[in-house]
Amino acid sequence: MIRADYELIAQGVPEESRVLDLGCGDGQLLAHLQRVRRVSGYGIEIVPERVVAALRQGISVLQVNLEEGLSGFSDHSFDTVILSQTLQAMRHTEEILREMLRVGREGIVTFPNFGYWKHRWQVLNGAMPKSEDMPYEWYDTPNVHLCTLYDFERLCAGIGVQVMERRVMNPAGRTVDLMPNLLGSLAYYRIRLQA
Amino acid sequence: MTRTASSVGIVTAQVAHFDVPLPLSSGAVLPQYQLVYETYGVLAEGKDNAVLVCHALSGSHHVAGQYAGDPRAVGWWENMVGPGKPVDTDRFFVIGVNNLGGCHGSTGPSSVNPVTGQPYGSGFPFLTVEDWVESQARLADHLGISTFAAVMGGSLGAMQALQWTIRFPERVRHALIIAAAPCLSAQNIGFNEVARQAITSDPHFHGGDFYAQGVVPERGLRLARMLGHITYLSDDAMMTKFGRELLGGTPHFSLEVEFEIESYLRYQGKKFSERFDANTYLIMTKALDYFDPARTAGGDLARALKPARAQFLVLSFTTDWRFSPARSREIVQALLDNRAVVSYAEIDSNQGHDAFLMENEDYFAVMSAYFERIVGECRP
Repeated sequence: MIRADYELIAQGVPEESRVLDLGCGDGQLLAHLQRVRRVSGYGIEIVPERVVAALRQGISVLQVNLEEGLSGFSDHSFDTVILSQTLQAMRHTEEILREMLRVGREGIVTFPNFGYWKHRWQVLNGAMPKSEDMPYEWYDTPNVHLCTLYDFERLCAGIGVQVMERRVMNPAGRTVDLMPNLLGSLAYYRIRLQA
Repeated sequence: MTRTASSVGIVTAQVAHFDVPLPLSSGAVLPQYQLVYETYGVLAEGKDNAVLVCHALSGSHHVAGQYAGDPRAVGWWENMVGPGKPVDTDRFFVIGVNNLGGCHGSTGPSSVNPVTGQPYGSGFPFLTVEDWVESQARLADHLGISTFAAVMGGSLGAMQALQWTIRFPERVRHALIIAAAPCLSAQNIGFNEVARQAITSDPHFHGGDFYAQGVVPERGLRLARMLGHITYLSDDAMMTKFGRELLGGTPHFSLEVEFEIESYLRYQGKKFSERFDANTYLIMTKALDYFDPARTAGGDLARALKPARAQFLVLSFTTDWRFSPARSREIVQALLDNRAVVSYAEIDSNQGHDAFLMENEDYFAVMSAYFERIVGECRP
């Protein structure tokens, strides 16, 4: 079972490049990239059970707390640093984006779009939104910094991060070009530091 | 995967003799020596499933199983090594070896020097981790093993595993570096020095040649071990285990044992002094102190590790203050700088440095997952 954003991410990752996957979970994405793109690199994960799952996937995993930054990695030691559906659960949002683009030449960020119409509809109806990409109740969600496409792009502009590519998908996994901040449920961004 | 774990059962130690002189880091040469070792499991036809377990300061070749007639003599890593255990002896051929300079059967200070007919004593050369690895490689040759599926160890044992990857890169596929440091800190060396002083200042030490006197520097050994034990445990674990209850409920105003921890340390010290050789303790602690692969690489650990080709698993324990997680991360950092294949886990444990010998769900899950990966590679 390959998650919808994995294919998209694989397209943005060059063959045989070096990849760092922040919040790699059970390691499926990196294992996928190793298979289809022959990348090398590491996953970073803090939850013990996921570290074990990632080891079973056959990837290199480092149990490090992302919130403490990426001090163990030297500048530009990776081609691509990936933050797949993890940004919204991070406390230090700006810090991790800066760290990503210090350690990697490019970054790939995916996150659930809070501006998706079904989310807006639920808020209009007076409830915190729940969906496939945001499956949690408000009281047990790990997400602390949910945002819309608009919000994310505003942050990037504010901290000198350039968006190189944006793809937005609906829950069926189809690309959304029309009114993406309303009709898209999952956002994919390829970013780098502004020259 | 619901196989029940069991023991390797009754084991017998074996001895390998070596007549080719072994040049040592110190400049001394051991003209001949023997290594005592144990093996568990079966060496595969392709000889690709061998795992070398390196022991720490007070360990031995007796890693797993029991000796016939002595069911209490259980191997020191019995929980880790055996059928269905993380290091599964149904799949791997596991070797435990007593290091040179030891006191469990390999040539050491208490062995008889063939030249003098007397125990080596103070005449036994100092050894380094590098020397041990050299001698272990000769044992591997003797057993017909050209490449290890894994070389592993905790603490001082991990330093040997690390040295293996530097000295014999082509002979190690995986290195498991557990509760380690790339070198001792000044504080670590300080503790070792106090332990050594305890031994050498014991009137029964006789400059290391106490064998002929028919005495043992028992008090020194006890103190050394008591001190060591404090550094192996975390403050928390000690408090939980021993607390500060007074034995009689109220102070005795005497120097007899009143607190549980006093009794524990005295017991551990006594037990140790009855089974361990004082000179071996001195040699082992000096080897710890000297280990510093970065020293000959301009202080650059990454450069020191450049030759390594192995895949690494580095493990640390949260409350280990002897070799803290930060020390393990130094090793990881150097490996990352070298773009080596490395995984790192920081195991949540309140057991301090000793955690590497204890059963712990997260720890064992990581070890099992990693060894299953190695099994995957062993299949033809």
